Formats: sequence, C-alpha cells, structure tokens
Amino acid sequence: MSDPLLQRGEEIELGFGPRHPAIRGVLRLSLRVDGDRIVDCRPVIGHVHRGVEKLFELQPHADNLSHTDRLDFGSAAAANLAYAGAVEKLLGIVVPPRARYLRTILAELQRIASHLLWLGTHAADLGAMPPFFAAFGERDGVLELCERYLEDYFESDNESEAGQEAGARLRLDGIRPGGLSHDLPAGWAERCREFVESFPARLNGFAGPLTENRLWKKRTVGLGVLSPEVAVDLGVTGPALRASGFAWDLRKALPYEAYGEVDFDVPVGRNGDTYDRYLVRVEEMRQANRIVAQCLDRLPDGPVLAEPSVLEAKVEGETYHGIEGPRGEIGFYLVGDGTANPYRCHFRAPSFAHLQALPELCRGELVGDLVALIGTLDVALEEADR
Amino acid sequence: MEGAAEDPLAMALREELGEAIESARILGGDLTLQIRRETIAEVCAALKSKHGFTYLVDLCGVDFPGREPRFEVVYHLCSPAANRRVRLKVAAGEGEAAAAVPSVTGVWRAANWPEREVWDLYGVRFDGHPDLTRILLWEGFNGHPLRKDFPVEGIDTGAAAATVKVGGSGGGEA
Repeated sequence: MSDPLLQRGEEIELGFGPRHPAIRGVLRLSLRVDGDRIVDCRPVIGHVHRGVEKLFELQPHADNLSHTDRLDFGSAAAANLAYAGAVEKLLGIVVPPRARYLRTILAELQRIASHLLWLGTHAADLGAMPPFFAAFGERDGVLELCERYLEDYFESDNESEAGQEAGARLRLDGIRPGGLSHDLPAGWAERCREFVESFPARLNGFAGPLTENRLWKKRTVGLGVLSPEVAVDLGVTGPALRASGFAWDLRKALPYEAYGEVDFDVPVGRNGDTYDRYLVRVEEMRQANRIVAQCLDRLPDGPVLAEPSVLEAKVEGETYHGIEGPRGEIGFYLVGDGTANPYRCHFRAPSFAHLQALPELCRGELVGDLVALIGTLDVALEEADR
Repeated sequence: MEGAAEDPLAMALREELGEAIESARILGGDLTLQIRRETIAEVCAALKSKHGFTYLVDLCGVDFPGREPRFEVVYHLCSPAANRRVRLKVAAGEGEAAAAVPSVTGVWRAANWPEREVWDLYGVRFDGHPDLTRILLWEGFNGHPLRKDFPVEGIDTGAAAATVKVGGSGGGEA
C-alpha cells in the first residue's frame, strides 16, 4: 500500500480532545492506532466534574430540582421528572392527572429538542450541513414553547424577554415534586398544537433526503455495530439499545406520567449500527410528536400541583426511580434520613454508561469515523462527569 | 419486612444461596437484599445466569460514618425479560486494612466505571477489578469527596500544579 496513513504493523498513541469541535463538552480519548485503524480507545472523563451529588445533600428536595436542570443541557425535563418522581415515590404523593399529562407533553417536547440537537450536530460532524441548520431551526420552535410556558409565571412587563431572562429555553424549571409550578399560559396549547401539526412534514423535509443519501449511508451503515447482548452487558439504554433490536423502553415497561394512557410505537433497529441508531431516533421524534398530540387532545382539567405542598417535606427511606430520557435510562437513587435534604442522591446517567461502551464501538474502526461513533452514542458530558 | 418474605424471587434465592443473603426487605417498592460481602460476585452471577438479571442499572456507594463497617455499596439490577428490579447491598469498610468488595466486572462489564467511581469518591476498594483507578478526579487527588467528612468547600488539592503539568487534562492518567 502506498498511502502512508494506512500502513500497518506499528502502533502509536494518539490523543483526541479534550477540546474537539465534534464534542459538545469536554472529553479526552487516549487512542492506540495502527495506521488509520483504532486498536484501543480509553475515554478520560471528569473534566467538568462539579461534585453535584455532594451539592444535592446540601439543599431541600424541591431546591435540588435546579441542579437536575443542569445535568443535561439537551433535555432538562428528563432529569427533572426522574428526580421529582423519586421524591414523589418516597413521599407517596399522587400527582394530579392534569399535571401528569402536562409533564408528559413537556418531556416529549424536550425529547424532540434533544434528538434534533443530536441530529443536527451528528449530521454536521459527518459533513452534512443542511440538516444542521434545519434541525436547529426546528429545535428553536420547541425551545420557544418551553420559554413561553414560563413567561406567565414570571409575570414580567416585557413579555418577549421574560422567559429568556429565566434561562428557560434550556432549563424547564416548572416541574416540582407533586406536579408543576403553574398551569399553561393562555394560548400555549394552541401554539403547541400548531407546532405538532406541522412538525412531521418538516421533519420529513430534512431527514428524508438524509435517510436515502448515498454518502450518509456510506458513512453510517455497518459502522460501530453493537449486538443486543453486548449493549445490555455494557449498560447501554435508550435509542442506542433499541437500534440493536432490543425493544426495551421504560415508557412501556414501567409506564410513568401519562405514558400508560397514550398510544405510541417503540421503533427498533435490526443491525445495531450507526445508521440504525439514526433511523430509530428520527422515528422516535415522530412518536414523541404523536404522544404530544394525544396529550393535548385528552388534557384533563383540574389542579396541577398536589396538596398539601411538599416543598419542605421531610423524607425518609430510599428508592430508585428511573425514566426513559432521550439518551437512555436516567434515574435517581434517593436516600432520606428524615430531614428535608437528601442523605444521598445518586443519579444514573445514560451518558456515563454510553461512554463506557465507546471503546467497544471504536475497536477496528477508522480514526476518521471516530466523530461519527461519538455522535451516534448521543452523550452529554456534563451528565457523565457529574 | 412486609412482602419480602413471600416474594418468590427472595424465596428462590434463599434456597439457592442460603447464607449469602443476610436479609430481605421491600424498600421504596423494590426487593432489597443485604448480601454478605465475600459472596456478592457469586450472588450477582447467579442472578444474571439463572434469573435473567442481565442489566446492571446502577452501582453506587453511600457513606454512614456512624456505622461499622462504614460504607454501603448499592447495586440496582434489572431483568428486562421479567421486567423486574432488585436492589442489592453490601457493607464495606474503610482503608487499606478493610477487606475489599469483590468486583462484579466479571458478571457485567457495565460495572467497570461505576466501581471506579465508588473507589474515586468513597475510597472503597474492589477486588478483581481490571483497572481500579480514579475516574472523575485525577490520580493523586487527596481524599474521597463524597464522604460525609469531606468539607463541601473543598481542600487544597494541588489542582493548580496538576493543571500545569498534565497539559489541560483533569481526568487522570491514560
């Protein structure tokens, strides 16, 4: 072979990151490569470790929800729901039906936003720019809905800026143990319905050409194959597991919020490669959209927060509550010692498990495909680093 | 406690594993088994091979400074086939003198990083782990920050010196 890059037989070490344009966050990979092939990969994480589990122990449960907002910038609602659900489980709180439906709507909207963020950046990493702009534009529509949901709550004179000031585009800040901080603002449901009705067509508009694109398929089909057995063994969950053909979705297995009362399909892949993971996530956006539409149709009346208020409740006992986040199972193990603060709060981060699986995906692949392999696992480093 | 005695899984496990199970309770909706430390790897292997617990959901530590032994390692297992979950606990001591907890990395590869995390943040050692190094903090960090007696405001960790030396990496040696 004349190309020096592909010469084999001599292993060298290659550093990747910690800052790299293809990583949303800070991650270092210590690679061993033979020519252009990856022999081994060792992820080095912890660059954005904040000690957030220690911080959880210092504040009452309700205040800790603001920490959960910051675990995953792509989908705050998933961590909010997992934490609120764990507290509700410990205190035996029954969430009012209207709140359950609204929380489902918010969670699914953020699933769409998270998948759009993933789709745009993943496509851009592989050199496809048009989906990047389309997906981010679309995501903006979802974030605007999240923002408007909080507008009323802050009762600002300057309507257009209220949500932005609260930082509510990314952090939802409305979910509480026991329900939601407030009901929908006037006109929100109509605005949401407008989005839901037009979103599938627009999604087809920019994802459709990608699905059949020869270059896209060349880069993703057969890349980073994960068998269902290996995926489960490594703790891989969410779309990455379902793409391997394993139909495991906590929204179906242990229905929480309103998932038991709505109709939706769980897409599964066949080959467990990068292309299947792409297909599964795109289909999940359509299903999420379906769920939002059904919840809007059936939205019950009534209060959105359980009485009495649980903001200062003393919590005793322990529980684990896991939900299906956009990236995989996100769960909280909560231990209470009878005070208002958690004694111990550990969260199961899907990104942590997915990064652990990265070496398995990388072995034998080309260095040039590394960004595709990181992208396809859909990791948030601030969640993995705690 | 109520429910645990009649739980079919708890009964089957008691039959198979006998003294390895110190107690069985229902906590927070999940069957919780206190396991003798030396036997945890065997118990996990049995749960995986005979009862379908192929998925290790989570593994973490808890610090109880008043207790002897001081730490608790908590395992959350899930059987996707049976759609059920189980929580296992073992007690673990402090320092070099205390016996290490047998690693379950041989049962589920998913246990690798979480066990490193428990070592990093609590200082609990795992016996048979292929690579028990710090994961969130860097090698050479002094102390285990999730212990209850570790000050929240932090200690002088020599982080400034480490940053200069390792060229921007904070995550330990590769």
